[in-house]
Amino acid sequence: MTKVRISDDALALACGADEVAEAFAQAGCDVERVSSWGMHWLEPLVEIEGKGFGPVGPDDVSAVLDGSSDKAVGPPGEHPFIALQQRLTFARAGKTRPLSLDDYEATGGWQGLKRARSLAPEQVVSEVVRSGLRGRGGAGFPAGIKWRTVAAATGARKYIVCNADEGDSGTFADRMLMEGDPFQLIEGMAIAAHAVGAGQGYIYLRSEYPHAIAKLESALALAQDIVSPFKIELRVGAGAYVCGEETSLLNSLEGRRGEVRAKPPLPAISGLFGCPTVVNNVLTLAAVSHILAEGGAAHYESLGTGRSRGTMPIQLAGNIRHGGLFEVPFGISLRELIEDIGGGTQSGRPVKSVQVGGPLGAYIHPDKFDLPFDYEAYAAADALIGHGGVVVFDDTVDMGRQARFAMQFCAEESCGKCTPCRLGSTRGAEIVDRIRAGGRQADRVETLAQMHNAPKSGRSREDDVALLEDLCETMRDGSLCALGGFTPFPVLSALRQWPEDFGK
Amino acid sequence: MSKAERIGEIVAHHASREGPLLPILRDVQAQFGCIDEEAEAAVARALNLTRAEVHGVASFYHDFTDAPDPRPEVQLCRAEACQARGVEAIADAARQAAGDRVRLKTVYCLGLCSAGPAARVGDRVHARLDEAALVRLIETA
Repeated sequence: MTKVRISDDALALACGADEVAEAFAQAGCDVERVSSWGMHWLEPLVEIEGKGFGPVGPDDVSAVLDGSSDKAVGPPGEHPFIALQQRLTFARAGKTRPLSLDDYEATGGWQGLKRARSLAPEQVVSEVVRSGLRGRGGAGFPAGIKWRTVAAATGARKYIVCNADEGDSGTFADRMLMEGDPFQLIEGMAIAAHAVGAGQGYIYLRSEYPHAIAKLESALALAQDIVSPFKIELRVGAGAYVCGEETSLLNSLEGRRGEVRAKPPLPAISGLFGCPTVVNNVLTLAAVSHILAEGGAAHYESLGTGRSRGTMPIQLAGNIRHGGLFEVPFGISLRELIEDIGGGTQSGRPVKSVQVGGPLGAYIHPDKFDLPFDYEAYAAADALIGHGGVVVFDDTVDMGRQARFAMQFCAEESCGKCTPCRLGSTRGAEIVDRIRAGGRQADRVETLAQMHNAPKSGRSREDDVALLEDLCETMRDGSLCALGGFTPFPVLSALRQWPEDFGK
Repeated sequence: MSKAERIGEIVAHHASREGPLLPILRDVQAQFGCIDEEAEAAVARALNLTRAEVHGVASFYHDFTDAPDPRPEVQLCRAEACQARGVEAIADAARQAAGDRVRLKTVYCLGLCSAGPAARVGDRVHARLDEAALVRLIETA
């Protein structure tokens, strides 16, 4: 019987993978559901005896089976999009059945955990420090240092919390990992637990990912005995973007409003229920299982550039022809990512701007596409790599509108705890509107005789630009967390690089 | 079984968890389609919290509502990646197709960012939507 491999990743399903699988089953094939290669423009991707076809619809089935299909793309593993990558975290993508313990073990699964448990906890922490792994959630804090702090902290209990609240637009690597290789995350959490002495772990997963929820529930049940005595519980969020911020996430786990906490104390000292807590992103924890395998730390450390070591799963999204998951060592430029690998825009029009790092990331002009993918290089350019999402826009985008959207999004998702974010975001959207309208006339109150300090001549566009810059500075320096603190990145980067979209 | 009894069961089911309020509220929302005053009071009693505390939490999250809405729901992603792929140009048609019969909810990111515009109905997700496909999805919801 012909064996047909089709992904059951949510993106493949959204493009009709179930219907295609059904059609192959009807045609008498043995259909195996595997994880996704991450070549999203080819989904549903079908693999038969090592040869790939995509995107395949139910109508293509007979042509694929009799060899006359024009959708052949050759062996998926040799496709240039995959061959140019160096996959460590996504090494199993496209190759294994997500919930098969046999497949996981056969591809090196649990090696990191076995080795970690044979080492003293301090040695495990040292290896993570040595690998140079930094938090993949966005802040880029060295994971080993965080672990060392938790290991040294005293508390009645310690926790490992996995931040799987991947709310940034343009990011889907966490989702793909949880749906495609859930045991790797579980293994990483168990290693972290051994390293810091934690007995309980939580995965906080957003409710917008129903397939990831189902996969992880099953995977946790299957792996229960392997990670024992460490216990992991899955908690599903309730639709609050701000809960991706670590302290807000901890409050939500405790059953409170997802409001941000002031730091200090750091969660590593006083986190969940006041106990020392490791809060790491999905990709950070998943990377640990590779790092703790024999020779893994040295290998990880040997990749990358500057202080950004190892590989980064970059997500190519938005208006791009070849979108998907691209894991490479740090240092690659946006030009390579978008032009060479991504193939330019899906619409075929010129690229106008690229937002890197989610809704709080700066918009980057094509003039700066040589910027290397690196935490420090981005920070120096007033930008951030965040969770590694790259959203491409073609020349039809109105950057003034995008700046307004950034403020609007912040207003809708603000937790309300600090004033710069809660009020600043709404006022910010209004100022962007006024700038685009070219300033405004003085209103009735301002023209009253007793309003001595109010300008009587209205406000010019330039006055409002200065006001917006001032507001952004206040939000950046005065907000409690990255939501209010980083919203100025997309706003100011748009304003400064595309003034013509702001009525100039 | 009365509503209070059913809520008592839900609370008992989660009682052994640490910080059980969010899982409880998720189940109440799923069971009754909303978390109304009566439900808040019942949960508060069972957990020895004030109703204000429970209301504070229930009103914070987008997934929780205070009144039932029996209409079918279609979630349309309108975050940046879907904007870049043209969701704003088809949002009006979606609104018209939804009318009063379907609840069209804007969400920010379904994680299908390389294949937008994307939408979700129940636990089924849909990508690469054009205007016709989105309207059809809403009409058959």
